[in-house]
Amino acid sequence: MSDLVFDDVTVRYGTARRPFTAVDGVSLVVPEGQVVGLVGESGSGKSTLARAAVGLAPVHSGSILLDGRPLPRRGRERPLQMVFQDPFSSLDPRMTIGESITEALPRDLSRGERRAEVARLLALVHLDPDAARTLPGRLSGGQRQRVALARALAGRPQVVIADEITSALDVSIQGAVLNLVRELQRELGLSMLFISHNLAVVRYVANHVAVMYQGRIVEQGPVSEVLVDPRHDYTRELLAAVPGARTTTAVRAGAPDTPGTPAALVKPRSTS
Amino acid sequence: MARRWLAVVRTPLGLTTGLLVTAVLLLAVVAPILWSDRAEVVDTDQILAAPSGEHWAGTDSLGRDIFFRALVASRLSLELALVATVIGVAAGLLLGAAPLLLGRRLGRLVTAGVNIAVAFPGLLLALFFAVVFGVGATGAVLAIGLAGAPSFARLVHTLVAGVAALDYVSAARVAGVGRFRVLLRHVLPNIAEPLVVNATISAGGALLAFAGLSFLGLGVQAPAYDWGRLLFEGVGMIYVNPAAALAPGLAVLLAGLAFNLFGEVVAKGLGVTTVGGIRLPAATPARSGAERRSEAAKGEHLAMAPSDLVLDVRDLRVSFPGPAGPIRPVRGVTFSVRHGEALGVVGESGSGKSLTALAVARLIEEPGRVEASRMEFRGADLRDGASAHRHLLGTSMAMVFQDPMTSFNPTRRIGGQLAEVAFHHQGMTRKQALARAVERLDAVRVPDPAKRATQYPHEFSGGMRQRAMIGMGVMGTPSLIIADEPTTALDVTVQQQVLDLLQSIRDEDDVALVLISHDVTVVGEVCDRVLVMYAGRIVEDLPADRLDGGARHPYTRALVAAVPDMDTDLDQPLAVVPGRPVDPADVPSGCAFAARCPLADARCRAEDPPLEPAGDGSQVACWHAGEPLGLDGSTGVLVEVRTP
Repeated sequence: MSDLVFDDVTVRYGTARRPFTAVDGVSLVVPEGQVVGLVGESGSGKSTLARAAVGLAPVHSGSILLDGRPLPRRGRERPLQMVFQDPFSSLDPRMTIGESITEALPRDLSRGERRAEVARLLALVHLDPDAARTLPGRLSGGQRQRVALARALAGRPQVVIADEITSALDVSIQGAVLNLVRELQRELGLSMLFISHNLAVVRYVANHVAVMYQGRIVEQGPVSEVLVDPRHDYTRELLAAVPGARTTTAVRAGAPDTPGTPAALVKPRSTS
Repeated sequence: MARRWLAVVRTPLGLTTGLLVTAVLLLAVVAPILWSDRAEVVDTDQILAAPSGEHWAGTDSLGRDIFFRALVASRLSLELALVATVIGVAAGLLLGAAPLLLGRRLGRLVTAGVNIAVAFPGLLLALFFAVVFGVGATGAVLAIGLAGAPSFARLVHTLVAGVAALDYVSAARVAGVGRFRVLLRHVLPNIAEPLVVNATISAGGALLAFAGLSFLGLGVQAPAYDWGRLLFEGVGMIYVNPAAALAPGLAVLLAGLAFNLFGEVVAKGLGVTTVGGIRLPAATPARSGAERRSEAAKGEHLAMAPSDLVLDVRDLRVSFPGPAGPIRPVRGVTFSVRHGEALGVVGESGSGKSLTALAVARLIEEPGRVEASRMEFRGADLRDGASAHRHLLGTSMAMVFQDPMTSFNPTRRIGGQLAEVAFHHQGMTRKQALARAVERLDAVRVPDPAKRATQYPHEFSGGMRQRAMIGMGVMGTPSLIIADEPTTALDVTVQQQVLDLLQSIRDEDDVALVLISHDVTVVGEVCDRVLVMYAGRIVEDLPADRLDGGARHPYTRALVAAVPDMDTDLDQPLAVVPGRPVDPADVPSGCAFAARCPLADARCRAEDPPLEPAGDGSQVACWHAGEPLGLDGSTGVLVEVRTP
């Protein structure tokens, strides 16, 4: 286990003549064994940052280092794994969930070892090991998201990136997945970058929080500080927007109403 | 999968074409074995004979039987057509999948090449290749195969690009799976169906093209013969013996038709989901009179409609025909909304909350059926059908949907779409209507409304579009706004602004609001009263301020405890509702929630609890309402707390 470091990372899309900067000089550290929550509205660049880390988006400048070394882009060893937002598109509908998980396992295992490992991972995410033979179409959204977590863990990652993993789920299921994330993090000592637009969710799972706005990180620090005593106007606005927060927090009165459109929404984007 | 193919074959057209294709293929296999001798025997006594009992289609210039020659020719014709198809499909697959394997730059080059090739007419390519490869069967096979490759490559490319954008492909790449394996394991299996269908259709096309080339003398050369060659020979004596040309012509027609139709039928069959299929919408079985009466009585004990009700719904049922009898996603929902009241409806997906709203707005289409013992909107009986109250619904009831992108016509300006409401329902001129639209956009706090009115929906952000949608709703003077998950697709900050907007419209104009959401906290913040739905029924009806701590139904209590807020105890797990939501096609007897409920006992599994008043204005449907529940500290499952 080791630190994941984003150092002045910039991600650009579009042509050289009309570039669109989705992530603009972001520096962020995910310390070993800690959960860092990344919050911001859609189009703020938080998903793009995650996709850049796992090699799904091109890094224009800056570096992403794990343990001081650049992340491998080829070969089987992938110390960084990602869980995606939509559990209905993140599992191949033609593969049993056992096959999906096996695919992410290290290659050097024997057939028996693989089967045992799949059963262990399924048990870890509280699914019946017999479920390995079923197709994802027969699982609910929450169960699929558990499978996606198991697949991410199969690669024996040092860091897991969770990209809005509960926002496509019903509220009643969201709780179960959040419980699981906390439990796995504690038991395995995982480092995590937990992306969400919901501050209450981030507060529940993360130790640190970073707030992203228009491609930049505008505030970061321990959850207990940022969420109790926010420094940036946008953080205050986010806090005020948490459903049910108005009765408990009085910050909204002082928060400015940011009018108009987040930067990225006026331009079409290919990601997220 | 296999079942879907079987369903295709079960349709009358599917069966016919399936049999036809099988017959043609069978003929191709057996004909040369059985009739080769009779087709090739030269009989100089019978040269150019007319059709007779012995030679059904006459004979050719060497006295050979044309009918049998047409039968035997089926093998070569089909073989060549299939080989050409295989070549076309293989080349198309390679070219179409190349961009995925080669990466961005080289991929673009391949795609550009394919796009240019697609622009050439197929027959021209075929003739070009026929010249390159020389006249003869081999040349023709390569020509027709390669001529079909570009369009197939284009199809493959589009399909591959669609699948490659999905998260499971990203996930595989993140897991370190190579590009080639991604293609083999994830992409190809998921695009196989349309490819197989298209290959079948193009096999029919290749058959025709081959007949064409042979007919032109560019294909099969004597002494070998296929249908095209026979046609070529027969056409010369068409005035002497029309059957000589008609026999092979008919064979080409039948075989081509068989392949093409089969492909079409399969495409249609697989594109459609299994719900419905060939079954006609099953009529809902009439309920017995006694049952009806008891339901009516149930409705009566609620107070008679006071005049301040905007919406009064009693015993609303929605059903759809399913493969095993009607599916009932909404099973007897009774509620009313007063003037200016905000009513929240919460529940999991599949609980019937959205369908309830759609039924009220008369937006459920055939084959769905809506029944109710009473459904009144401002005194008008909505059961008469949407057309009877088009004007009333158009001006007095507003609907806001979850996805504002799909609720607007993308090709028309926002202002014009808003103005339409006033133009059609309020008798304004176009100019007045447009002015009203701008004014309403201003009212829903769209900045610079005059300019925004001239813009298209894609120029609006999600939040702005949702505002415009609400603006459309308040073009008239609505007395009820139904908002179905209006903020689920929006960011939290934008969500707050949209909720504020709904709230202020309600305050200003005394408009009633029905807010449907899966998020208890959102509903609790905006609404006066909350209906909790589970498996198509209302299980609890309570004032919103009692949600936190005052709810009696175990489901409501679990929902509330499942959502973290800014004060959630970080040392405790969030509440979990174990098990899965009820499938509307298979609702258990007794209380639908019993299987997931910590308080359930034998009575719950046998008897469905009615929704009964529980004091302080709330109603609950539970045999164990309000019994103490505890939270299992390790799993988050709610458990019964036994009092000694």
